[in-house]
Amino acid sequence: MNNDTTPAMATRLDGDAVEVAVSTDMVKRGLFAAPVMIAISAVIWGADGAWSAAFAIGLVLVNFMLSAALISYTAKISLGLMMGATLFGYLIRLGLIMLAVLLVKDAGWISLPALGATIIVTHLGLLFWEMKYVAISLAHPGLKPARP
Amino acid sequence: MEAFAILAQTGLTGDEAKAAAAAGSAGFAYGLAAIGPGIGIGYLVGKSVEAMARQPEAAGMVRTTMFLGIAFTEALALIGFVVFILIGL
Repeated sequence: MNNDTTPAMATRLDGDAVEVAVSTDMVKRGLFAAPVMIAISAVIWGADGAWSAAFAIGLVLVNFMLSAALISYTAKISLGLMMGATLFGYLIRLGLIMLAVLLVKDAGWISLPALGATIIVTHLGLLFWEMKYVAISLAHPGLKPARP
Repeated sequence: MEAFAILAQTGLTGDEAKAAAAAGSAGFAYGLAAIGPGIGIGYLVGKSVEAMARQPEAAGMVRTTMFLGIAFTEALALIGFVVFILIGL
């Protein structure tokens, strides 16, 4: 009996953790853009806005890293576990974000409009920024665009 | 209506009752806003797992697209969360 045949379906993934690479890129870009976001918030909402923007950027970056770590870790074990971890990870990460905001909502330095606006702008901005490079890579796999 | 009747029995003033109703409504809206992305992520990851299981050689591309898709879908829930913190907190 020949045992060297390739399995018809993969049940786990042992390749590179591409999510970690993508999220690391996004974190680098987030840190690169953070001073600009904080400065804009400071102009609009003052010092409270600046602190809130910094907190919001931290939340978004940690959220991306957690998501990537969860997917890459569980993909090495099984695809079914990866699916479960992704779905429950979504709930857990939303809960963690809510907990983090509830803990600071009454702090003297918090500005909720600045916090909310920065969360949305940073999250979507980093995604669109990263998507530009991913789209180029998928269309031209050998192109390897230079990373900022 | 029953909720308003209960609020009336608690002896809250008009503004307090309005604030309590706003907080309850914001929480309810956030719950609804989290359901849609939950369904979307389930569908997205399910299809991605199917694609990776059938074609493991394309797993890198599928995982990249899946990760970005999850993050985009999650943005909808984050928008709901931001509306919740601005109205409900």
